[in-house]
Formats: sequence, C-alpha cells, structure tokens
Amino acid sequence: MSRVELTNVSKYYGPLRVLDDVSLSIETGEVIAIIGRSGSGKSTLLRCLNGLEPIQAGEILIDGVKVNDPDTDLRKLRQNVGIVFQSFNLFPHLSVSDNITLAPRLVLKQGPDQARKLAADVLARVGLADKIDAMPQQLSGGQQQRVAIARSLAMNPQLMLFDEVTSALDPELTGEVLRVLEGVAREGMTMILVTHEMGFARHFATRIVFMHQGKVWEQGPVADTLSHPQTAELKSFLDAVLN
Amino acid sequence: MIREFGTGDIVYLVFAARWTLALTALAFTGGACVGLVLAVMRISSLAPLRILASCYIQIVQGTPLLVWLFLFYFGLSIAGLPVNAWTAAAFAYSIYGGAFLGEIWRGALIAVAPTQWEAGASLGLTYVQQMRHIIMPQAVRIATPPTIGFLVQLIKNTSLAATIGFVELTREGQLTSASTYKPFAVYMTVACIYFLICFPLTQWSRRLEERFNVAR
Repeated sequence: MSRVELTNVSKYYGPLRVLDDVSLSIETGEVIAIIGRSGSGKSTLLRCLNGLEPIQAGEILIDGVKVNDPDTDLRKLRQNVGIVFQSFNLFPHLSVSDNITLAPRLVLKQGPDQARKLAADVLARVGLADKIDAMPQQLSGGQQQRVAIARSLAMNPQLMLFDEVTSALDPELTGEVLRVLEGVAREGMTMILVTHEMGFARHFATRIVFMHQGKVWEQGPVADTLSHPQTAELKSFLDAVLN
Repeated sequence: MIREFGTGDIVYLVFAARWTLALTALAFTGGACVGLVLAVMRISSLAPLRILASCYIQIVQGTPLLVWLFLFYFGLSIAGLPVNAWTAAAFAYSIYGGAFLGEIWRGALIAVAPTQWEAGASLGLTYVQQMRHIIMPQAVRIATPPTIGFLVQLIKNTSLAATIGFVELTREGQLTSASTYKPFAVYMTVACIYFLICFPLTQWSRRLEERFNVAR
C-alpha cells in the first residue's frame, strides 16, 4: 500500500480550477520535491493532503485512509501527517517548550514531564536544545522555523509536508533550516516539500513533481528530470530558476 | 426642612457608590457570559448561529437600555411574573452588556490570524482545544483595552437603575440634593466619585493599549 495515493483529484475555487485531475502515488521513505511557478497549485495540493482544503473530485488516501470522506476523523489523520508552513505559525503567546508540548499533552495525553522531555529531544534534533524556554519572538526566523519543524516532529508523524518552508527567510538563514530538513530526510521520513530550493531538491529528493496549471505536468527521478526535462514548460521553468 | 450639605452626606454618597459597583459587577458578569456565547456564535461556521447572534446584537444595540430595564421590571410584573429589582437589572444589563461585549470580542477573535487555527488543526487539536489554548489567549490581549472602555460606560450606565428603585450613587445624590437644596455641590460630589472610579480604569486601559501596540 502506498503511503499517499491521489487519484484524479480536482479542486476549484469558484470557477477557477486549481487542481486538475491530479494523480500521484508516493511510497514510504520517498522525499518528493514539488516544484512549479506560483499559482500552479503546488501549495494547494499540499493543503489538500491533510484536509485543510476540501477537494471537489477524486480521492486522496493516506495509509489507506480516505482524506476526503466526511466519516474520516481528520484529527486522527493529522496526528500522523505533520505540516510546516511558510510563515512558521508558531503560537506567539506560548514558549518554545509549550509550542511543542501543546499537542502531545492535549492530543496524546502525555504528562508534563514526559512532554517536556519530548520537547528537549526534538529540539536537540533541530539543534535548538538551549532555546527550550525562549519565546518565539526572541528567535530569528530560521530558529522559529526549526521550532515549527520540532513541533511537528513531536507528534511522531509518518508523513511530513513542507510548504515553502524557507521562502519567508533571509538567504543567510535558509541554510540552517535546510540542514534540519536533510537530517529528517536521512532518518527515513516520508516527506513532501513544496520548494524553490533546487539545490536541496537535487541532493535530497528522490523524485521531482513539476506542476503546471493545476496538473502534474512532469515527474520522475531527480537527476534525470532536472537534466533532461521532457516538456517545454519544465525546461523554461528550470531555465528561469537555475539562472 | 432644608438641612446643610455636610460630611455626613458625602459619606452617604460614598456608601451609595457601593451599589453602583455592585450593579456594575452584576452587569459585567452577566454581560460577559452572554457576550462570550455571542462572540463564539458570530465566528461559527454555521450560518444560522451567525445570523441569530447578529440579529440579537443589532436589536439590542438599536434599543435603549432604559427600555430593557422597564420591560423587565414593569413589563414582567404586569404579565404576572413579579420580579424584584435585582433580577430585572440582572436580565436587562446582561442583555445589554452581552450585545456590546459580544461585538468587541468577536473582533478580537477574528483579529487572531487564521493561520493560528490551521496550525492547531494540523496538530490534531479539536475546535474547542484550538479555541481554548490558541485563539482565546491571544484574543484576550487584543480585547482587554476595549473591554475596559466598555466597563467604564457600564459604570456610568448603572445610574439608569435608579429608575427601577435602586438607590445607587446618582439616586442618592438626587435625594441629598432634594433635602439640602445644594444641587451644585451635591452633583459635583457625585461626578467626582464617578470620576474617581472611572479614571484609574481608563488610565489602565490606555497603558495596556500602549503595551499591546509595542508588543506587536
């Protein structure tokens, strides 16, 4: 069974078709880089995967559970599907520790000591063990994003979604976030990243998915797809981002 | 018989102010309960709840508080449900305060970025958990200055309760004025007492507002 299975997924905003008959199958341990121009539907696709956005046609299965089914317990599904956003979305009124432990305490019913230890563990994985009692606004953008990744890791997800997680960062801060992503990828996490970081995609993704006009326009193994684009659209996209 | 306006009268006025404060506490507590429900209804995803809360707020904000006091105190008695002045005041002020606090708090709730809801939902939190642990704590900070502003209005509006028999600060002033025939001195004293209650609150509200703007 595939970890993620999309079959003929379409999504509309009013008359505008943002996802057009998307089918995609992702196996456990794959690292998928979704690339494409802004407005191509890549972020929307990601948000559909954990049910933040409804779809109008087709089917999305995650570990065999149908996301677009009113009977599905989305909360349960989301415990297994972590998402990290472009704008971090840390809870500004909570300390780093409380940001991370909120869901483990409320959802997984962990005690304060156990949750605190978990927070220390995941913070060590993102290299921020010393920031456990800081408030989000005391951290740099890169550090905030690493806390957001740690918060997601704390739920021990089976699949992680990354929505342009370095786009809101100053160039000198993207490196530290990418290094954390590399670490997560090395641990064998199934990851889907919407990204503009072609260097990262080249080194750590197992597959490239190029989206254009709401469709999966082209996909394939990273090295092949990037060096030998089959479509004119991908070729012109790569020319634009690589030069 | 006309007597002098003396220290004793001032003490009586200050004592009467405790009814003003008691009425304010009652009105604010009742209004807060109603307002909280209305605010949550106003941002609900269910249209009927939103419309119901919106109609309520429109109606109450478009009618005088005095009419609500009369309606509950005199209206219900004649309809065969005799209510005492406290009960009537509790209902009227809760209805009135709820409409205004509901609107203030709705604004505060929607001022919290929608991405905060998404972040909570994505971690598997329930709607109530998102509201309780993520949205409300942030909304409270936004809502505090205007809420205190409304509280000051409420303190002054408790004087309307005199019309249904409460001898609070304003009514006590009226009685003192009638027996001493020193309306200027008496009402100046009354005004001063109101001011002494309200001024610290407005100052506090202003300080919170400044701190909030800096924190943003």
